[in-house]
Amino acid sequence: MSILINSETRVLVQGITGKEGQFHTQQCIAYGTKVVAGVTPGKGGQKMDAVPVFNTVHEAREKTGANASMILVPPPFAADAILEAIDAGVEVIVCITEGVPVMDMLRVKNYLATKPTIRLIGPNCPGIITPGECKIGIMPGAIHTPGGPVGVVSRSGTLTYEVVHQLTQVGLGQTTCVGIGGDPVNGTGFIDCLKAFNEDPATQAVVMVGEIGGNAEEQASAWIKANMKKPVVGFIAGLTAPPGRRMGHAGAIVSGGQGTASAKIEAMQQCGIYVCKDLGSLGKLCKEVFT
Amino acid sequence: MKIHEYQAKELFRKYKVPTPDGGVSNTVQGIEKITAGLGLPVAVKAQIHAGGRGKGGGVKIARTSEEVTGSAKAILGMTLVTKQTGPEGRVVKTILVEKGVAIKKEMYLSIVPDRSTATVTIIASQDGGMDIEEVAAKTPERIIKVAVNPITGIRGYHVNRVMFGLELEKELMKEFSAILKSLYTLFVDYDCSLVEINPLIITEDNKIIALDAKMDIDSNALYRHPDVLAMHDPNEDDPTEAEAAKFNLNYINLGGNVGNMVNGAGLAMATMDIIKQAGAEPANFLDVGGGANAEMVENGFRIILSDSKVKGILINIFGGILRCDVLAQGVVQAAKKIKLSVPVVVRMEGTNVEEGRRILSESGLKLINATDLADAAKKVAEIVA
Repeated sequence: MSILINSETRVLVQGITGKEGQFHTQQCIAYGTKVVAGVTPGKGGQKMDAVPVFNTVHEAREKTGANASMILVPPPFAADAILEAIDAGVEVIVCITEGVPVMDMLRVKNYLATKPTIRLIGPNCPGIITPGECKIGIMPGAIHTPGGPVGVVSRSGTLTYEVVHQLTQVGLGQTTCVGIGGDPVNGTGFIDCLKAFNEDPATQAVVMVGEIGGNAEEQASAWIKANMKKPVVGFIAGLTAPPGRRMGHAGAIVSGGQGTASAKIEAMQQCGIYVCKDLGSLGKLCKEVFT
Repeated sequence: MKIHEYQAKELFRKYKVPTPDGGVSNTVQGIEKITAGLGLPVAVKAQIHAGGRGKGGGVKIARTSEEVTGSAKAILGMTLVTKQTGPEGRVVKTILVEKGVAIKKEMYLSIVPDRSTATVTIIASQDGGMDIEEVAAKTPERIIKVAVNPITGIRGYHVNRVMFGLELEKELMKEFSAILKSLYTLFVDYDCSLVEINPLIITEDNKIIALDAKMDIDSNALYRHPDVLAMHDPNEDDPTEAEAAKFNLNYINLGGNVGNMVNGAGLAMATMDIIKQAGAEPANFLDVGGGANAEMVENGFRIILSDSKVKGILINIFGGILRCDVLAQGVVQAAKKIKLSVPVVVRMEGTNVEEGRRILSESGLKLINATDLADAAKKVAEIVA
């Protein structure tokens, strides 16, 4: 079992004919993902390797039954790509693109709120993977171990790979790993993923990776305290980040004393989350807590 | 991207948000000339991006022409230190001079995107002219917050909630309403991450004027605002950070002695943290991104080493799509070219890691291999201790 995607998921790629689009589509297919269609306006009728390309998401969905989308288009076109996928009824939309303007995402997020059955992951994220079944994103598939029991949810990319690698090293497989993205306004949040992991019988424990900026970790901690039936290990990056500076991710900024790593760690601890303070020992801590 | 007060006020005027009459200059004579056209008294205001200029001596009221000349001489070229500039301060190169106005009341008004509710939020207070964070902490009931859904945009009832919250006089409401709606439009049109007026004043003759103006524009949206890009002031950039940006490297100086180079922002922050936990101080944040190559590594080295405080470097790369052997070759190539002057600890993990480690150990360079992250932090901390 898993959350959001599995071996049945049929994926279309928006921006499939671009350099990034081609490369990552090939990587996903090599991992075993069912990539059934690509979309690039004006290139309908062509093929990218064996994948048929369509002019619109509506057409691609109609003709191939795609129910998930991976978006790899440049930032100025990302919001439109997401809206198009929403309007076409694609159930899981994964936007990898980094650099989408906040104002665009504010509109997307409010429109998305009117479509409760559709899930957007990202933007500015590595994507989502159910190891051994389906990879929609740019993460290296090989570091993952299929079969669970751990679910992973994170705001970061390579930091998630580090976490997954350590889990694999200590013999803990993963059900699904979701990179929710490093932007201030994103689709799926921590709580959405935690809810899904809570209900997924195969997921027995969760690792939650946060960073400075905003208060999503604090809200998730409160939700965990009230609802979570499974143990959660947490990690927060950015204890040494200076205030007022954007640390790479658009959303990673401590402003007006809000969003500090120490405040998030304290909230996590108060809500019964096992906080890992030093990234080097995360795998070991999970092994102790989860087994 | 932040812009100067005078630039923000140009945009305000374009959107019919009233500002005092004034002009900018970078010479004392220029300021005297503008003053002659305005009439006394005037406010002489240093144009730097940081807040707290008044307290640092960067804003002066001049009532005579001698005072104008004196203030202009004192401010132009001064190193202005405020709580936002850090101890090194900022050299003032431009002055905005504005006609003095008689103030009856000072208010606060700002617009920001709220990430958790995905709305555009208007914040207002009757307690203008003060530090708004202090007002929020001491008297939260004096702060009005009104969230606007960006799909509906600003409506009359949003404006009413702000105006009645501010206990505005009835005869000022029409004017205030127009100003707030214009400001909201400006905020959306220009992809702002902050528009702030502190203070927004009511004058003795009952006019509403934006006495100050602060604007920050979403860097990700600059591609659709060439006019804002043209307002960029290189004087405000940290020279090393600007140099790094040229090579698409994201660098922030942190003042410690352990330089570090990492792929990915989250991992870079976690690496800084673990350096600190091992007992050393991180010198920087440096994200070389997912597609790092030999050239980027070389530029990364050069930028880290331009900081003379750096006594050791930690490279932490999680090879995913970026293969460790490719990266290792890049490190070796860059290290030879740059003639490394400090020890470098390399921690690599991920795709083709064995091959990567072999390349490093056979390179003949003084690169120190670390087995994992904890080991890497320990080793680099020992080097600089």
